[in-house]
Amino acid sequence: MPTSPSDPAQPFRSAEPSRSTRPSDAAEPAAPAVAGPVGVVDLAVVGAGPAGLAAAVTAAGLGLRVALLDAGDRPGGQFYRHPAPGLGAARPEALHHGWAAFATREAALRAHESAGRITHLAGHHVWTVVPSAGAPTAEWTLHAVAGHAPEERAAAVTARAVLIATGAYERQLPFPGWTLPGVVGAGGAQAMLKGGLVLPGKRVVVAGSGPLLLAVAGSLAAAGAAVPAVVEAGAYTAYAGRVPALLRNPGKLVEAAGYGGALARHHVRLLTRHAVTEAHGTGRVEAVTVARLDRDWRPLSGTARRIPCDALAVGHGLVPQLELATGLGCATRQAPDGTVALVLDAEQRTSVPGIWSAGETGGIGGAQLAMIEGELAAHSVAGALPGGRLARLTRRRARLRAFADAMAAAHRPGEGWTGWLRDDAVVCRCEEVPAGRIREAADDLGARDARTVKLLTRAGMGWCQGRMCGPAVAALAGQEPAADRRPLSCPVPLRHLAERPSAER
Amino acid sequence: MRSPRSLVGGTPAATYGITFDGRELPAQEGQSIAAVLWGAGIMSWRTTREGGTPRGAFCGIGSCHDCLVTVNGLPNQRACLVPARPADAVTTQEGTGRADLAV
Repeated sequence: MPTSPSDPAQPFRSAEPSRSTRPSDAAEPAAPAVAGPVGVVDLAVVGAGPAGLAAAVTAAGLGLRVALLDAGDRPGGQFYRHPAPGLGAARPEALHHGWAAFATREAALRAHESAGRITHLAGHHVWTVVPSAGAPTAEWTLHAVAGHAPEERAAAVTARAVLIATGAYERQLPFPGWTLPGVVGAGGAQAMLKGGLVLPGKRVVVAGSGPLLLAVAGSLAAAGAAVPAVVEAGAYTAYAGRVPALLRNPGKLVEAAGYGGALARHHVRLLTRHAVTEAHGTGRVEAVTVARLDRDWRPLSGTARRIPCDALAVGHGLVPQLELATGLGCATRQAPDGTVALVLDAEQRTSVPGIWSAGETGGIGGAQLAMIEGELAAHSVAGALPGGRLARLTRRRARLRAFADAMAAAHRPGEGWTGWLRDDAVVCRCEEVPAGRIREAADDLGARDARTVKLLTRAGMGWCQGRMCGPAVAALAGQEPAADRRPLSCPVPLRHLAERPSAER
Repeated sequence: MRSPRSLVGGTPAATYGITFDGRELPAQEGQSIAAVLWGAGIMSWRTTREGGTPRGAFCGIGSCHDCLVTVNGLPNQRACLVPARPADAVTTQEGTGRADLAV
């Protein structure tokens, strides 16, 4: 696409003076830097995780004027989530893999910010992207909620191109007792540790499926928790069928060996083809039942045993977060892990002209792949000519994507997992809908998809808009998960909607 | 004795108190309200609308809304996202947290 490199002497004009969120005033609420319209930027990036951050600094380096909007107070997304400056962590890298890749990009972000090439809008949760009202084609308006209640404000950015780098959230498969306090997401435990330096308990079972569990168990143990077991529903032997993808990614094997070493050092048992089938306790988890699974993840009778614990960190991999993209009409596909991902071309373009995407939205693949995709997308937006660097990035992307697909297949939930879901077990946490009501909707009332189940039972109708129960409800309805559809990606004050120009309503 | 702090080293720029249901809790600058509560061993700070069952932080990243809590009288705040500020009064949220509306 044609670009118009900005004049660094013409930085953003803020509608009001921006307030820094330096450590000195970190105790104050995060102050959004911009309210109301700013000049049209060449590229708006949604999400400052590995993909969005890499894309923003690469695009700025290629001469584009960039707005980087991110819900977090600091760049890094979930993978590079790190303590606020006020927490004074001397070694934030101790909780991370590949911290240097983040540190160099964060430094580049600060340099581009100082030069006026990037406006980093922290604490801005983009809730919709729409074609600009009355604008020529290929201009987009991004609407965001900025800051925390009660000081939250509406903000909008207009851009010629948009990169959606909204990452992912954790996939959950419900089981009896999973709403007990002390049962937390595996990614949730990791996020609270990385961001707040706290643990969910003293004795934490880690369970679910996917490589994230190894990282989480390693972090929790390194931070002082006892981890009696990592309970993995899949089998790492399933990787063996994908030897070529493994051999082409020696870095990933080294990383896996590192996790294995950490688990051994901290005396963590790794149980494969096992699952937590129930959490027990009153008011807080006190123990979990662990059972062996068959190849289809059906719990095998007579194999159940109890493991005492005061916390459980559980998750089954990640789900691409797509509502901004699907709201624009971007095409989706089924990924090998059973989730829905965006259809992207070789240059990271979605099916909607003017909208690019990078990172987990195009299929779960990890931070390294996300950074490569972010850089490729930035080159595409800037209309950069193909060269040696792009060819190298493209080759690395293919290699890492092959590895991601191998992992996705190995950890894809087997159909038998619903065997541990008793009828009285809550599936939809927000609306407190038990499995029995969802089965009734599917088996007796004819619901064949999550949307119909929602209409009949309210499952997926609550605060989280089906993020937590979506995959489970789809499975109970006998359907592959459908693409995310959420008109608002986060809570939006009604007054913000009321203030929008009539042309956009 | 390993701890999250021993892992990353350093010291917080400031420590201050917040209250949870009137109980004083130590907060470190830069922690979310959920982190302060977890640090004090508190894992639930809400009861559900239907069953009245306890809930706390689950996803830790603002997606699940399980960690809703009342902060300084304002209900339905996501504890995992809201930074704890000196003298914040955090209270257990019963149901919608809007009993005052009598709906």
